[in-house]
Amino acid sequence: MLLITCPWCGPRAETEFSCGGEAGIVRPTAPDTVSDAEWADYLFMRSNHRGLHREQWWHAHGCRRWFIVRRDTVTYRIDGIEKLGAAGEAT
Amino acid sequence: MLQRTIGSGRTRPQSADPERRPPVKPGAAVCTPLRDVAFLQESCQFRSCRKSALCSLIPSPVPVRDAAAMQRYSILSLLRNSLSHHQQWQAAWRSPEPKPAYEVIIVGGGGHGLATAYYLAKEHGITNVAVLEKGWLGGGNTGRNTTIVRSNYLWDEAAHLYELSLRLWEGLSQDINYNVMFSQRGVLNLGHSLQDMRDIHRRVNANRLQGIDAEVLSAAQVKAMVPILNTSPGARYPVLGASLQRRGGVARHDAVAWGLARAADARGVDIIQNCTVTGIRRENGRVVGVQTSRGYIGAGKVGVVAAGHSSVIAAMADLRLPLESHPLQALVSEPIKPVIHTVIMSNAVHGYISQSDKGDLVIGAGIDQYAGYGQRGSFHVIEGTLAAIVELFPSLSRVRMNRQWGGIVDVCPDACPILGKTPVRGLYFNCGWGTGGFKATPSSGFVFAHTIARDEPHPQNAAFSLERFTSGHLIDEHGAAGVAH
Repeated sequence: MLLITCPWCGPRAETEFSCGGEAGIVRPTAPDTVSDAEWADYLFMRSNHRGLHREQWWHAHGCRRWFIVRRDTVTYRIDGIEKLGAAGEAT
Repeated sequence: MLQRTIGSGRTRPQSADPERRPPVKPGAAVCTPLRDVAFLQESCQFRSCRKSALCSLIPSPVPVRDAAAMQRYSILSLLRNSLSHHQQWQAAWRSPEPKPAYEVIIVGGGGHGLATAYYLAKEHGITNVAVLEKGWLGGGNTGRNTTIVRSNYLWDEAAHLYELSLRLWEGLSQDINYNVMFSQRGVLNLGHSLQDMRDIHRRVNANRLQGIDAEVLSAAQVKAMVPILNTSPGARYPVLGASLQRRGGVARHDAVAWGLARAADARGVDIIQNCTVTGIRRENGRVVGVQTSRGYIGAGKVGVVAAGHSSVIAAMADLRLPLESHPLQALVSEPIKPVIHTVIMSNAVHGYISQSDKGDLVIGAGIDQYAGYGQRGSFHVIEGTLAAIVELFPSLSRVRMNRQWGGIVDVCPDACPILGKTPVRGLYFNCGWGTGGFKATPSSGFVFAHTIARDEPHPQNAAFSLERFTSGHLIDEHGAAGVAH
C-alpha cells in the first residue's frame, strides 16, 4: 500500500485515494476539428511509462480534491507531489 | 468424499441456427462465426481423447526438423528411462546461440509467444523463427495466473476467439505430446443480486446462440455442487444462482509454456532465453531487426507478445497503445484435502477460487488501481479478496496462505485484446489481454501466427485490430472479464 501525501491533508493511506491515471492529457479544445486518430489518441492512447511518471490522484475519502503525484512505476517510490495547475494543467 | 464431476456432463456445443443468431452489435466489425473454421467441426473418432481434428486430420505442411531427435513422451519412454534412473532424458528444448537473422522473431517467451511460434511452424511451414525471452520461459504472466480456462464471453467476436481456444485446449496435450493437465471441471460465475442474475441469463443465452455450452444454475443447484459455499439467505453476499460452463476448467500453466516450447523447438524454432529486446530497427517504414542484450538480430517480421511490457516495446517503434499496465495478484494456500472440485468466480465481490490437484486453494485477487511494472501488489487488495472468500466459504477462514505474487497485466479500455498489424510494416502486436489471457493461449497463438504468416488477420481476430480505437468499434467485455478494472 502506498503512503500518499495529500497537499492539503498530509500523509494518508492509499485506501483513502482514487487513482485517476496518467496526468497531463489535455482534451482537444475544438473536438469538431480534430481527426479520428487524434481523438482516439486523446481518448485511449497512453504512454504507460515504465519508470518515473506523473499521475492524477483524488483524495476521495478526505478533502475530495485532485492533485498530481510523481511516482516510479517500477519501484513505486513517490518522488514528489504537485497541486493541479502548478505545471500548467487545467484546474 | 465429494462426487467429482470431472469428465461428466460435457456436451459438444451445438451450432446455432444462423437465422437465430443475435444481431451484430451496431457498427461492430462483422465477425466470422467459429463454424467457418472447418477443421474444428470434425470430431475425433476416439471419444475418450476428444482430440480435435486439428491434431489428426490436418497433415503437417512441412517435414519436421529434428523430429527424429525429439523423444516422444509415452509410457514406453517412461519405462525405458526408468532403467537409467531417469538420468538420460533429453533436454526439452535446445538453447542455441541466436543466428544473425530469422524470418520471424517473436518477442516474448510466454504461452502466447510460444504458441505463436509453434503454430507458425506447424500451420504455415515457417520454421526459421526465434522466440526471444528476457527472463525465463513462462516466468511472466504465464506462470502467474490462476490457470482458469473458459469461453463464456458475451459478444460474438470475443466468444468465438475464446471458444476457438477452448477447442484447441481440448486436444492440446495430444497435439504437442505434453500433458498440460487440462481438466474440464467446470467454471461457475456466481450471481449475488437480481441484476447479476439478469446479466448471467443474458450471457448464457448469448453463449448458447454462439454454440458455446452454458447453463444457469439455481442457488440450490449451486449448493449441491459446492457444499462449502455459504448460500444461506442471511449471508453477506447472498447467492441467487450462477452460470456454469461445464467445458471450462483449469490447466497447469507451467506445463503449457514448457510443452509449447518443446513442440516448437522440435519443429526448428530457436528458443533464446535471457535475451532482452532493447530496440526495433526500421528502414523505410519496415521492420528489419531487433537490438537485443545479445546483439543485433535481423528479422523479416517481428511479432511482439510482451504482455505487461507491450507499451515499452511499442515505444521502441514510436507507437502508442491504449494500454495501462497494472499489478494483478494471486495467492495459494497450504495443501488441504479436496473441498472444491470446480472453479468458482464471483465478479461482484471479486474473488475466484479453485483447488489444484495437489490440494492448494488457488485464489485470484483484483488489480491495483495504479499503473505499475513491479511484479507485486498492495496488501489491501489481497485483504479485500480474502474477506470476500471467507464470507463465501466460512469453513476456509483458518486456512493458511502459502505464497502470494503479482503479474503485470496490460489492460485495454474494452477488456479485449489487440491482435494484428501496426503502422510499421512487418511489425505485429498481440497484447491487451489484461486479466484473462491464459485461457486464450492456444487461439491467440493460432490466429497471431496466421496474421504474421499471411500479413492479414485471421477471421477470428479481424475485429481485434488496433484501428478499433479510432473507428469506435470497441468490444466491451468488462462484464465477462471476471476481474473488475
